[in-house]
Amino acid sequence: MIDGLHQRIRALHVTLWTLIVPPATWASHFLFSYLWAAVHCAKTGHFADEPAVFWTGTGLAAIVIVASGWIALVQARKPGDHPPHNEGTEIDRLRFLAYATLLLAGLSVVGVAFTALPVLFIDNCR
Amino acid sequence: MGVWYTLTAFCFMLFAGVLALIMRTQLAVPDNDLVSASTYNQLFTLHGSAMMFLFAVPMFEAVSIVILPQLLGARDLPFPRLSAFGYWSFLLGGVFVLGSIFFNVAPDGGWFMYPPLTTRTDLSGLGADIWMLGLSFIEVSSVAAAVELIVGVLKCRPPGMRLNLMPLYAWYILVVAVMILFAFPPLIAGDLLFEMERLLGWSFFYASRGGDPLLWQHLFWIFGHPEGYIIFLPSIALFAMLIPTFSQRHLLGYPYIVLAAVGTAFLSFGLWVHHMFATGLPKISLAFFSAASQAVVIPTGVQIFAFIATLAAGRVIFSTPLLFATGSLAIFVIGGLTGVMVAIVPFDWQAHDTYFVVAHLHYVLMGGTLMPLFAGLYYYWPLVTGKKLSDRLGRTAFWVLFAGANLTFFPMHLSGLMGMPRRVFTYPAELGLGGLNLASTIGAYLFAAGVLIVCIDLALSPTRPKGRRNPWNAGTLEWLAMPESEHWGIRSIPLIETRYPIWDQPDFMRKVDEGRFFLPDAEEGRRETIITTVLDARPVAVVRLGTPSFLPMFAAFALGGVFILTTYHLYWPALASGALTLALVLRWLWTTAEIPEKPCKPIGHGIELPLYISGTQAPGWWAMFITMMADATAFSGLVFGYYFFWTVHEAFPPPGMTGPGSHWPMAALALTAASWAATVGARAANRRGLVTTARLLLSGGALSAIVSIGAGLAGPWLSGLDPAVHSYGAIVWVIACWTTAHAAVGAIGQLYALARSLAGRATPTHDADIRNVTLYQHFLLFTALVTWLTLGFFPGVA
Repeated sequence: MIDGLHQRIRALHVTLWTLIVPPATWASHFLFSYLWAAVHCAKTGHFADEPAVFWTGTGLAAIVIVASGWIALVQARKPGDHPPHNEGTEIDRLRFLAYATLLLAGLSVVGVAFTALPVLFIDNCR
Repeated sequence: MGVWYTLTAFCFMLFAGVLALIMRTQLAVPDNDLVSASTYNQLFTLHGSAMMFLFAVPMFEAVSIVILPQLLGARDLPFPRLSAFGYWSFLLGGVFVLGSIFFNVAPDGGWFMYPPLTTRTDLSGLGADIWMLGLSFIEVSSVAAAVELIVGVLKCRPPGMRLNLMPLYAWYILVVAVMILFAFPPLIAGDLLFEMERLLGWSFFYASRGGDPLLWQHLFWIFGHPEGYIIFLPSIALFAMLIPTFSQRHLLGYPYIVLAAVGTAFLSFGLWVHHMFATGLPKISLAFFSAASQAVVIPTGVQIFAFIATLAAGRVIFSTPLLFATGSLAIFVIGGLTGVMVAIVPFDWQAHDTYFVVAHLHYVLMGGTLMPLFAGLYYYWPLVTGKKLSDRLGRTAFWVLFAGANLTFFPMHLSGLMGMPRRVFTYPAELGLGGLNLASTIGAYLFAAGVLIVCIDLALSPTRPKGRRNPWNAGTLEWLAMPESEHWGIRSIPLIETRYPIWDQPDFMRKVDEGRFFLPDAEEGRRETIITTVLDARPVAVVRLGTPSFLPMFAAFALGGVFILTTYHLYWPALASGALTLALVLRWLWTTAEIPEKPCKPIGHGIELPLYISGTQAPGWWAMFITMMADATAFSGLVFGYYFFWTVHEAFPPPGMTGPGSHWPMAALALTAASWAATVGARAANRRGLVTTARLLLSGGALSAIVSIGAGLAGPWLSGLDPAVHSYGAIVWVIACWTTAHAAVGAIGQLYALARSLAGRATPTHDADIRNVTLYQHFLLFTALVTWLTLGFFPGVA
């Protein structure tokens, strides 16, 4: 079953748009977090009283990033010739884009975790 | 053009450097009276503004225009006339802004121009207008350059240069150009609000009339922080070219560098509030931005480690350019470390607005922009002139500059921590800051001496003999250039199979020179280059590039007229200048997308490519798409303003004010949607050969768009909304004007496509014009949806 899944994942189309899925997710989460906290403080004067909204959004962002990272990992490991994969072939172009996506997913996970940390420690609008 | 651009930016840098020397002379001793406080304000404002807007950003664009075509084996970038337009805009705007200091009317509110100090006409004079309008004009030229560079990198690569073989310089330029699209437009939106307040008295930033000065700070820093990375990444990109050359090996960690560039680009947009830590925002907001500021260290560090690893694994040739590169990395790392310090909120509260921050930002810019550019100057000078610069003078200059930079800026950390605020024209002797300031001043003169040595080296260059081709034994395409300049660029456009073709592809240079690759001739005597696909660089078409023309220069001067005349409140002449700009731009457009004399032409090796393309494969379509992305970003800056005011007011709209209602906005939306549908229908009809139907639909669409202008403005007009009374009225008016102005441009586009069809310059198979106009309409529909739904229904008013 896993093999079948891997086959399907490897057949997915990879472009410059898929490359930016993880960091764009980080950006959306960042904006969401900022608006969630800042708008509550500005409009109501007290800290957002529904933390579940924030943690759901954070969980969603983490899922999207981890999923795109995992897809990228499978694609980057497409079997074939030996490394280093820097030839001018279609498969190496795919491996490169996938590997760069994987690295960006790593950075984005760290970014989302960094953004979530303040909410653990701060619970007021001062 | 690129060389002129570089030279102009270099001259502006020297000018701004002289301003800095005057400032350092003033601060050399306590209680000095060399310049007055007012002059000093003008000096620091102009120094910062010029270094940012007239040197760092244009310099990256200029260098890219010089080396990018050669790096991509292209005959030229896709829109040479657009580059020319950008250059003339830059030259005129730069002379206008810098010239103001000779008339004692230079801007004096600091390079970030915080209102209300700068929007109150009794506190700041003409200088603020000169800053806003002069630099807005230059921002236009930056967006033009971004369009040129993005399309150049994505569509003009040589066949076979897939994304994974692209030189890293091109990756960096692509990323930076995209950043410009999202960073500059919020500032343009801010400039618009700022001038509306200064010139017309509309209320955006006065708290007493429902405004908020923080709105400007948000819009400015959404631009301002990415700006730091916009000028840093292209300079570091030069390292990615010269470090492999002087290590004589491939750069290690190619995908890691791409990670660094793309990751930095994204994260840099989440840092803007760290310039506003001291404004009293809630701690939770500050903490998000502090966290992102720490995260951006990761990609920045990764690329530096990749460079160090490449040097460690290679056979290093310690040339002058490499000396500059390693020296600037050392300086940059110091600036980066103090950056981590000021990204921590409590530390920033202590250091805010002191010389510590001055030290930090100058370390970053010296190490991250200026010194790398010197490295690039020594590296690429042989590419431009065919001659190397002097090693002896270069090394001397490096050590003088390195010592000068550290002597100038390191003591500033200490004077800042001892409490010296930035932007003061003098300080009392009792503070005990005299010694540190004197050291900084001596350092500044030392640094200036280093720059002088570089200038002498450049001045001696014409007396030296030409060197050999590819003098550094580099592996990338740009070094195919001959020492004797050739007007046609590369002899034949090569097939690329590796990242370093000169090193790795056998007989590569000989084959290029013998014209064994693609497009070796120009049978019709036209300037042509190959358009390829984005991912895999498969050739799809041959395009004919624009030739030298006066139109871009005239268009730039006419547009400059609009900005300069507005500065002096000469509104009628400004309007005339605007009409002239429109006429010139339309005349210029008329020369584009010409129908070729034959449908296809052979490029060699049995491949035949079309000479006309339209839609998503065409450079023109991409240029429209990219321009409209920038436009949509500016619009989102205005919409941000609307929602921002909603958050700061308990009741919005304020009691006693009525909004535009929902009927007129809905009418405007319906008319815009009809205009959009007519354009989409016209495109489809034209493709099917129903030319008359297409023409009728275009006419109807233009009519509908023109009527939508009246409907859009009727809402706020009939409800008597006064933009000068409260920020609500002002922001409603500005958004309504923005969208209706775009509808007007949409109508001009539709009429233009109609005229092209009537003149026989567009046909069912040659439909680039109508496809580009349709793309504009997609964005217009999006703008209208957001505008009219927001104004009509948010927050629940009718």
